Amino acid sequence: MRGEWSCVDLTETYLSNIDKGAHLNAFVFSMADRARARAAEIDGRIKTGDAGKLAGLTLAVKDNIVIKGERAGCASAILDGYVSPYSATVIEKLEAEDAIIIGRTNMDEFAMGSSNENSCHGPVKNPNDPTSVTGGSSGGSCAAVSAGMALAALGSDTGGSIRQPASFCGVVGLKPTYGRVSRYGLVAFASSFDQIGPITQNVADAALLLEVMCGLDLKDSTSSPESVPDFTNSVGRDIQGLRIGLPSEYFGEGLNNEVRQAIDNTIDILKQRGAAIVEVSLPHTDYAIAAYYVLTTAEASSNLSRYDGARYGFRAADVSDLDEMYINSRNQGFGEEVKRRIMLGTYVLSAGYYDAYYRKAQQVRTLIKRDFAAAFERCDCLLTPTAPTTAFKIGEKIDDPLTMYLSDIYTVSINLAGLPAISVPCGSDENGLPVGAQIVGNYFDEEMLIRLGHQVHCQAGEKSA
Amino acid sequence: MRIKVEDIEKMARLARLSFTDEEKQNLASHLDTIVSYVEKLDELDTTDVQPTYHVLDMQNVLRDDVVEPSLHPDEVLRNAPNKKNGYFSVPKVIG
Repeated sequence: MRGEWSCVDLTETYLSNIDKGAHLNAFVFSMADRARARAAEIDGRIKTGDAGKLAGLTLAVKDNIVIKGERAGCASAILDGYVSPYSATVIEKLEAEDAIIIGRTNMDEFAMGSSNENSCHGPVKNPNDPTSVTGGSSGGSCAAVSAGMALAALGSDTGGSIRQPASFCGVVGLKPTYGRVSRYGLVAFASSFDQIGPITQNVADAALLLEVMCGLDLKDSTSSPESVPDFTNSVGRDIQGLRIGLPSEYFGEGLNNEVRQAIDNTIDILKQRGAAIVEVSLPHTDYAIAAYYVLTTAEASSNLSRYDGARYGFRAADVSDLDEMYINSRNQGFGEEVKRRIMLGTYVLSAGYYDAYYRKAQQVRTLIKRDFAAAFERCDCLLTPTAPTTAFKIGEKIDDPLTMYLSDIYTVSINLAGLPAISVPCGSDENGLPVGAQIVGNYFDEEMLIRLGHQVHCQAGEKSA
Repeated sequence: MRIKVEDIEKMARLARLSFTDEEKQNLASHLDTIVSYVEKLDELDTTDVQPTYHVLDMQNVLRDDVVEPSLHPDEVLRNAPNKKNGYFSVPKVIG
């Protein structure tokens, strides 16, 4: 930083953009006072040469990652009034490097949704077309970055919740390997799937944030001791000789033609830059959505049993006994989609059905993992569309849960296997709506996502220039 | 229909939720569609396939039993809708 802009100036610019973009409904609330105070402190440290590596980076945080002394609501009425007594590990790490948290972003309630329409605060609108959805569940975070209301944002990804809205909004979204980033302080949805990741305007920023976010945390027993490389070193590396796998199952029926065209153009350019294209197969892809919904709803029904009206903010009024307190608080607090998933999860875990659904889905999860292991014997990474379509219209799929679930068809397998993946803007459809390319890496190979992702994003920039 | 209103009532009791008659009908229809879709998993032979419970195959992550700073009870209880003498307070359980 050459001192031409102060962090205070930058923060004011972003706060003013948040006001201008209020109609998008991307933020639950801004943290203007907190951000201004932090910016002034950081300006002081810049002068003395003590500033962290993220000094001046304004950050929006999804409503399911807790910040000490701030409300965290998961876009749910059941957490009405909840103020967190502690900060998530990622928040502590990012603030230790002088990121400036600027506000809380809207989301699908408890991260359950693919359109950001399931929120007690109402839907988020896509900055590229306010009649279209942002995708979900990290829709507010992606809209915030897309509309310049924050330089970067945090999201969480259980089945595509960072990548699919990043694709719909035209920003970069990265889901790290399961275990890469501590989930301490992330409100649990499906614990064997959830990961926190960065949402940014370009791949270099994602690399920078990831470097700070990753690493072992003793407060999260699922976090991995794997060493954390300097991800920013992978920005700008060439792709000569890189073997890029194209899974045939991701280019079949249901893929929109304009999305296919944008991905095909990207592949052509990557070939010209020296990458080798390898056809691969992931034969169990067709079973991924089914396995995903059995497992995540089962885990969610268990995780969400803690919202009992006794501990986290909201309790229904006028209850006469304990059971009524549970039932009325949950009934009034949870929205329709959350209740539907709790019910489905309760069903698949209930006596007599456990083996038929839950155990079966865990076995299919093994088959899906094996598919990826076989593919990675023949290539260094995979390239696919992030979503089968560009952003759809608000209201278009909300009454048909299964059709909505199928919009995650290219992202859920990656969470079932626990692999890292990134969505990078690679073109647009005839209405100007963004198309995202998804790159999938092997376990703990986020460097590959950064290396190839940067090249994909550069070619997209050159085309539109 | 595989999922009937009686199933919905049973699950609702287990999950501590309640629904109007119209909601039960809707839910039965939605869940029936989803469960019918999910049953495509039966097309796959998974004999002798081990289930994946943890994608990284980590097991029994333990730490030393050392006392570390933790939250003060007052902070923990601050979000409770009702509390008394350092406890969460709830309606009476037995009559």
